[in-house]
Amino acid sequence: MEIGLNHYLVLSTLLFAIGLIGVMRRKNLLLLFFATEILLNSVNIAFAAISHYYGDLTGQLFVFFVIAIAASEVAVGLGLLIVWHKRHGNIDLDHMSTMKG
Amino acid sequence: MELYLYLALFSPLVGSLFAGLFGASPRTKIAGVVPSLLLLLSFVSSTVLLIYILSGGEKVHVEMMTWMATGDLYIPFGFVVDQVSVTMMMVVTLVSTVVHFYSIGYMDHDKGFNRFFSYLSAFVFSMMILIMSDNFAGLFIGWEGVGLCSWLLIGFWYHKESATWAANEAFIMNRIADLGMLIGIFLVYWNTGSLQYDHVFATVGALDKEVLTWMGIFLFIGAMGKSAQFPLHTWLADAMEGPTPVSALIHAATMVTAGVYLVVRANPLYDLIPNVGLFIASLGAFVALFAASMALVNRDMKRIIAYSTLSQLGYMFVAAGLGAYWVALFHLMAHAFFKALLFLGAGNVMHAMHNELDPFKMGGLRKVMKGTFIMMTLASVALAGIYPFAGFFSKDLILEVGFVEHHYIIYTVLLFTAGLTAFYSFRLVALIFHGEERYKLFGIHPHEAYKFMLVAMSPLLLLAIIAGSFKMTYFEMVTAVLPATEYHVHSTIAYWIMTIGTQLFVILAIAFAYKKYANNKVKVPDGTSKMENRLCYKILSNQYYIPYIYEEYLVKPYRELSTVFWKQVDMKVVDATVDGIAGIIYAGGEKTRVMQSGNLSTMLKWMVAGTIGLLSFAVVFGLAVRYSGEIKTILSGLGV
Amino acid sequence: MFEAIAFYLFAFLTTVMFFIAVTTTQALHALTALAAGMIFISAFFFILGADFLGAIQIVVYSGAVMALYAFGMMFFDTTRDVKEKNGNKYIVFGLSILAAVLVVVIFAAPMVTNNIVALHPMIEGAGNTQELGMVLFTKYLVPFEVAAVMLLVAMVSGIVLAGKKMDLSLTLMSDAEIIDAKKEQHKKVL
Repeated sequence: MEIGLNHYLVLSTLLFAIGLIGVMRRKNLLLLFFATEILLNSVNIAFAAISHYYGDLTGQLFVFFVIAIAASEVAVGLGLLIVWHKRHGNIDLDHMSTMKG
Repeated sequence: MELYLYLALFSPLVGSLFAGLFGASPRTKIAGVVPSLLLLLSFVSSTVLLIYILSGGEKVHVEMMTWMATGDLYIPFGFVVDQVSVTMMMVVTLVSTVVHFYSIGYMDHDKGFNRFFSYLSAFVFSMMILIMSDNFAGLFIGWEGVGLCSWLLIGFWYHKESATWAANEAFIMNRIADLGMLIGIFLVYWNTGSLQYDHVFATVGALDKEVLTWMGIFLFIGAMGKSAQFPLHTWLADAMEGPTPVSALIHAATMVTAGVYLVVRANPLYDLIPNVGLFIASLGAFVALFAASMALVNRDMKRIIAYSTLSQLGYMFVAAGLGAYWVALFHLMAHAFFKALLFLGAGNVMHAMHNELDPFKMGGLRKVMKGTFIMMTLASVALAGIYPFAGFFSKDLILEVGFVEHHYIIYTVLLFTAGLTAFYSFRLVALIFHGEERYKLFGIHPHEAYKFMLVAMSPLLLLAIIAGSFKMTYFEMVTAVLPATEYHVHSTIAYWIMTIGTQLFVILAIAFAYKKYANNKVKVPDGTSKMENRLCYKILSNQYYIPYIYEEYLVKPYRELSTVFWKQVDMKVVDATVDGIAGIIYAGGEKTRVMQSGNLSTMLKWMVAGTIGLLSFAVVFGLAVRYSGEIKTILSGLGV
Repeated sequence: MFEAIAFYLFAFLTTVMFFIAVTTTQALHALTALAAGMIFISAFFFILGADFLGAIQIVVYSGAVMALYAFGMMFFDTTRDVKEKNGNKYIVFGLSILAAVLVVVIFAAPMVTNNIVALHPMIEGAGNTQELGMVLFTKYLVPFEVAAVMLLVAMVSGIVLAGKKMDLSLTLMSDAEIIDAKKEQHKKVL
């Protein structure tokens, strides 16, 4: 049985959906970050697969940059999270309602 | 000559603007004197032009500037002084000069003195544009301009309910007619591709008869409104609410004759459609009789004169409709002189009687108002058409036209009307100036008007007497542009019988009027006398119940309809739609406010929903682009 | 055949791990599952012949990022269960799946019509890392440098944010509080 591009795309979709579920139902900011990592990774798989099946390196390069961005995001995000936790003693999304009009 | 043309045209405007400067300040003599002098200048310029034209000069045609030039449409501000317009210019500037000077005295005690002169001069300017324009568009500007000034002047005493009502009535009636006029102008442009008189009348002969008929009818509807022909006549009598000089200038001498002028001006068109011409003549004859009959019993001095104007306009339309354009114009001119004089005389009487209008409450005024008495009597004689006054030459000529053209019914009607005219004119004179001094019962002390007012009126008096002697000069001049048909009854005997018969008939009518109203037995009617309870009297004094019919069958249903539209359509559909849209947005805002809860988790969900929306769009449009060919086939298959 | 078995195995494992990561109530469990998922994903990269990316995936994600998360979690109280009150579960699931499907449709649409042309074709006879390096340091040099700077900035900001006194916000404090804070600072210096 030959594994084609569509297999990878379906897998990517599945993982993306899981990531979105996480984004929407998580209230803990740390765990929300986990969900965003899943989103990024699902896309990475799609990129790598397309790159492979079309014999084009661009996809892999994009994965490379996405990983770089994810790393920076984690660094900054965690920094902010720590500051928030210091100020408020929790990292619950429901308590972050300073934007309430 | 162009200089004189511009002087004649623009001095009234300058006068109007000058008087307008003082509009808000208290009464100043200068605001009346300067416009009057400027009008005198205009009159002098017109005279120069008249002499120039009379001495065989070419017509003066200037194009001041381009007004509209889009595509094939080219309308300049062009003015022409030819034999017809110079006649009108003479009439307008002369009468308005006299009226201006007269008004300085008449409006002496009025708060709106400055305003009055501003309006009056503006009216003259509009009227000059109307008669001097070389195209239909310019004519229409003047047409609307005089309509506006007429509205302003009828409603001059705007604090009076009746004055504002009359002003609005006049304006609305005119608007109805102006719509017809506008359609006529559109038809002209549509079919000839131009609005210039020269071009239009040169090409009009090649057009379809039916088109010409419609053109003629619609242009005449405009004329009917301005000249107050039946059934749009009711406004003229009500327009007497305005100051008397206004009635003399606008509602007797100039503006109301604009309709006649239009028909005369468009003579090449009306020559081609004799059927419409006959209709115009018949309507004119009908209005002549109809208006004269209403004047018989009326108890309002100014209204009597207004009905007489209406009746004389009918005469003019008879002449114009039968193709005797020069006769119509001649009667217009003569009528302008004696009718303005009559109105100004009535103004003097009103002044003397402290705005009392009922001639039954006057009587015997000849002792105190000698000058006015003489003037009004002579004007009435001229109106009645007694030899050798102006009315004889012009009015009898119209009768002859009717006779020569073999329209005997029209002739008979006009002859009968001539008798009525003489009767009601002298009924008025007799009631005002002869008989017992009934005004004493009402405690009024009449006095003669200022000397200079009488002097100002004198040119009109002179012309009312001698205008007839200009007949041949006028004929030679004006027939350069108008059809030169001479109207002569073939047999000399028939001519003399007709002339003398008419004269006798008229004199008998005058005598009857004097006998009935110049004695001491005349009492102020109180609604109990036998005559007043007769059916025909009631019909006449109620103006054939036409205002009542209009009120009952046009105004009231229209008001009902308006109420329905207001309550049902405007409130329930238009307002409801607007309110509904506002309501939807408001409710939508109220509902979606919940979205902005400030809760980040909720926002994330909305973000995802939004992403989905955008992605769906991307997919749909992507598919649409991809399958655009197929979509087009399906749509064309559906007939879109 | 081997490829298919590997794909299905790792696909199953990744899905399960990520599912645990988003559903579990224990933060520690979630972290562990996520790390495992990351490693499994690197397996796909290896299958797809992107060896370099596989290595990077393990090094950066499972090494650096997860370590960072692990350190981050030490600041927070992770022993207690994560409380999660949820609205309509169907909305969450429905929206997620819909969005994912749409993303795939958009990605897949050009492929179905086969109008993709390889911009940077694989180079015959060179290793994956070599290939990647050649493209990265020629065509994508500027983005690479920018990414490097971005990482540096992220590092600096991470240090600064997590450093001391960052819990004080001068904009949110009243004037009196700011003065008090300054006094305290001086005291410490003295």
